[in-house]
Amino acid sequence: MAEFWTFYAWPTIWVVIQIVAIIVPLLLAVAYLTYAERKILGAMQLRQGPMVVGPFGLLQPIADGLKLMVKETIIPSGSNRVIFLIAPMLTFLLSLVAWAVIPFGEGMVVADINVGILYLFAISSLGVYGIIMAGWASNSKYAFFGALRSAAQMVSYEVSIGFVIVTVLLCAGSLNLSEIVRAQENLWFVIPLFPMAVVFFVSALAETNRAPFDLPEGESEITGGFMVEYSAMTYALFFLGEYANMILMSGMTTVLFLGGWLPPFGFAPFTWIPGPVWFALKIALCLFVFIWVRGTMPRYRYDQLMRLGWKVFLPFSLFWVVLTAGVLMAFDWLPA
Amino acid sequence: MATMDRTARSFLLSELVSGMWLTFRYMFKPKATLNYPFEKGPLSPRFRGEHALRRYPNGEERCIACKLCEAICPALAITIEAEPRDDGSRRTTRYDIDMTKCIYCGFCQEACPVDAIVEGPGFEFSAETRQELFYNKEKLLRNGDIWEAQIAANIAADAPYR
Repeated sequence: MAEFWTFYAWPTIWVVIQIVAIIVPLLLAVAYLTYAERKILGAMQLRQGPMVVGPFGLLQPIADGLKLMVKETIIPSGSNRVIFLIAPMLTFLLSLVAWAVIPFGEGMVVADINVGILYLFAISSLGVYGIIMAGWASNSKYAFFGALRSAAQMVSYEVSIGFVIVTVLLCAGSLNLSEIVRAQENLWFVIPLFPMAVVFFVSALAETNRAPFDLPEGESEITGGFMVEYSAMTYALFFLGEYANMILMSGMTTVLFLGGWLPPFGFAPFTWIPGPVWFALKIALCLFVFIWVRGTMPRYRYDQLMRLGWKVFLPFSLFWVVLTAGVLMAFDWLPA
Repeated sequence: MATMDRTARSFLLSELVSGMWLTFRYMFKPKATLNYPFEKGPLSPRFRGEHALRRYPNGEERCIACKLCEAICPALAITIEAEPRDDGSRRTTRYDIDMTKCIYCGFCQEACPVDAIVEGPGFEFSAETRQELFYNKEKLLRNGDIWEAQIAANIAADAPYR
């Protein structure tokens, strides 16, 4: 019996505690990210944003959440009911499971696996399934169209994301996310690999279907794309998934380029602040840029989107992979 | 040279950066909107809002039931019935305005020879049922009592331009 507790029960309970400790703050962050988005977009458009619910509208996300929970879930009669309901759950689930490998601080990671970056890449690639299933199961023209766009877009930009990750791996010499962060002890990768960081961030925008690459939703052309038939909690799950994905992509940017939990300078006042706080601050910065871009750019046309992905980013990132590898070899800087 | 210039610009994302800089600066500008229910914009003395029937300072209602407002109303929103009162003066027995028909043109106010019917500064009179927007004489007179000070001030402020 003692063996059962030490080897099975306690580790399981410990993992569940870790998962709860990640997911609860994450969902709160998602809720307040929607608030931040509305406030920042409002400020950029000289509006006030939500102001009525609570002081400065701070309770608005909670009110929105309650509203979505109370509303009726409408399932279109022509839809494939099972897939229709699984799709938002899948999207939401995939946006959460990826957090297992993200290091929040020195040793603060649920699963410290050696191929963390491949796991992340695989999970973010699976994200397209939720959208395609939603588009297909809705049995609606707009939803299907949005899903098709989304599939093509995510596939296109994953290619350049892959190359960006390869350059980072060349510099870091490990697929373990904690190791990648430790490799940036002296110099964050954003400085030597700045163009790659830009390509990664723009591809992350496309990967999360955010403006200016929000064609799968395309409110003004296809009325909400793959989400058009969804309501209440099913819609809320898509929404949560999208914003959790934004936070995840910001987390990936932070780990790959902004030195994860490391302080910007390795001396006194900066090292007093604990790692997870630095990590959260860097994620917040990336999220601000996500929203800032949305406040600035108009939506891409579809052919421009494809041109940017295949004819600009792909050759550019390929060139940088070769260049980085060449420089590392030539100066014998390859990590051990 | 022009080609090099263009290439350099597109590689350095100069247009994206200048656009982002613009939105960033706008973020700190003062807001153009008001926090409406708690903050309200200024109203002109000529503002045409909710109707009111006024009284003379001694409490006598101004309306003499000439029905000019009923005649001029382009939306046919006003209905008036009149009878001589006990003291022999001509007064309305019924003065209804259908606020769902009214187009707030202000012709009734212009037509009125005794400044009885006016469109006051009130604009927050939304209601949950249609019935509440069928105003009768009692409601209009009550509006007049509520808004009298402001209505009188507005008429005085606009008088030099008439």
